[in-house]
Amino acid sequence: MNKTINQKAWFFVIPVFVLVAFNAIIPLMTVVNYAFQETFGNNVFMWEGTRWFKQIMLSERFHASLGRQFLFTFIILFIQIPLGIAIALTMPKEGIGVPVCLVLMSMPLLIPWNVVGAMWNIFALPDIGFLGHSLNALGFDYNFTQQIGDAWFTTILMDVWHWTSLVVLLSYAGLQSIQPAYYQAAEIDGASRWAVFTKIELPKMKKVLTIAILLRFMDSFMIYTEPFVLTGGGPGNATAFLSIDLVKMALGQFDLGPAAAMSLIYFFIVLLVCWVFYTLMMRNEGNQ
Amino acid sequence: MKKTKWIVPTVYIIFLMLPIYWLLNMSFKTTTEIINTYTLWPQEFTLENYKTIFTDSTWYTGYLNSIYYVVMNTVISVAAALPAAYAFSRYKFLGDKHLFFWLLTNRMAPPAVFALPFFQFYSSVNLFDTHVAVALSHCLFNIPLAVWILEGFMSAVPKELDETAYVDGYSFWRFFFKIFIPTITAGIGITMFFCFMFSWVELLLAKTLTAVAAKPIAATMTRTASTSGYELGLLAAAGSLTIIPGAIVIYFVRNYIAKGFALGRV
Repeated sequence: MNKTINQKAWFFVIPVFVLVAFNAIIPLMTVVNYAFQETFGNNVFMWEGTRWFKQIMLSERFHASLGRQFLFTFIILFIQIPLGIAIALTMPKEGIGVPVCLVLMSMPLLIPWNVVGAMWNIFALPDIGFLGHSLNALGFDYNFTQQIGDAWFTTILMDVWHWTSLVVLLSYAGLQSIQPAYYQAAEIDGASRWAVFTKIELPKMKKVLTIAILLRFMDSFMIYTEPFVLTGGGPGNATAFLSIDLVKMALGQFDLGPAAAMSLIYFFIVLLVCWVFYTLMMRNEGNQ
Repeated sequence: MKKTKWIVPTVYIIFLMLPIYWLLNMSFKTTTEIINTYTLWPQEFTLENYKTIFTDSTWYTGYLNSIYYVVMNTVISVAAALPAAYAFSRYKFLGDKHLFFWLLTNRMAPPAVFALPFFQFYSSVNLFDTHVAVALSHCLFNIPLAVWILEGFMSAVPKELDETAYVDGYSFWRFFFKIFIPTITAGIGITMFFCFMFSWVELLLAKTLTAVAAKPIAATMTRTASTSGYELGLLAAAGSLTIIPGAIVIYFVRNYIAKGFALGRV
């Protein structure tokens, strides 16, 4: 769309700017403040320079939680994106099935995150939970509070349960926007199902899939409440992802300096990845 | 292939419903039954857990608090985002692209990073433990999202609509409220759905910013879980009730969901 240049448009943006700045800039400055200084309370600060950053960058604890975070994010993206596309492809395209599927599939998205954690906790408990009980009855030695592998399995399954629907909804929307003429043309040409998928459906879904990957990356990278309620980061530190580790450091141990430095590094990683995605997405939009 | 296609969504929906069923199942059981036996449905069906929640004010005020700040946040976010999204979709102005990306960075910011500074900041302006504090803090991620979605919807409206209205002698505000807003109702509905959703499900900030007066239901649940042993039945009943507002909201936007997703960005 041709946009006219109009500097007065800033007046429309001011309310949003003020509200977000109020929430983002002032608190972020506090974090920056802590990141470079040492405090013993009473508003007494001493300049520490980059000491906290060095400490965090070199600490094994940070490397470990960062590693766990990337592993978790990649696993859930690897499962949720293809699964979401597969479900969207097989969903009914018209009739009563459409609202039924959409409403039922949206359910997990609107459950408060700690309830998701609590629900999966009850569901997976080895003695009284359906999942835990069934797995043990089938002969698996399953206990997510004791065994690292089981804790990971449960956390990943929970996230797949919680968020795959978002990918489904987005992909479905992308599929719905394809004109029937494309499919008719493909049929006349005798294209295989696979060819229809790779040559028509996938390119048309490119935009929504970029959004899906972006959203899933951001949200899984800052996951806190669900694993916190489900496993509490345990057993040991096995499922202590970045946010859990950070909150433990900031509010639990009150190590403000290192926690603030870690916050900034954390934020920076998320920004960097999202910037790459955003640039790619905007370039795609420009091409269309 | 065509005949067996329905299996995939059906299996997926069953997978989605199982934990929800288990939660409901637990909520209708007595505590002794939960602890002592493994049963696929309640043997002694009881409504005791729900009764406790509806009669004990520490429980039901949690729901009222949550709904109060979620609605407040949805109204603030959409009201502020409407003019801004219009500006982004119609005009070029100094720093527009940077501003848009800066807004999005706040959607990307991990709430854990903001928990401590928010606590200190809202305490220092005497807003700690108020509904306003939670509603405002959720603007951090909801306003960028609202701007993003609304901008997508508004860009889909041809600019000729604006120009025709001006030629017909409409003032800007009259055009905006009488013509423009009604044409993007679906978009506003979707935006409200997302704002409601993200504010309703967020707990970390809501928990950090409240103590007693504005405590959300989700926080009441975690505290009960940790303090008074594990009253699973009560917890399950409280959890089941938190699903209801979401279900109502989905019901209202059900016709827009697919259509809306396609038109807007998200």
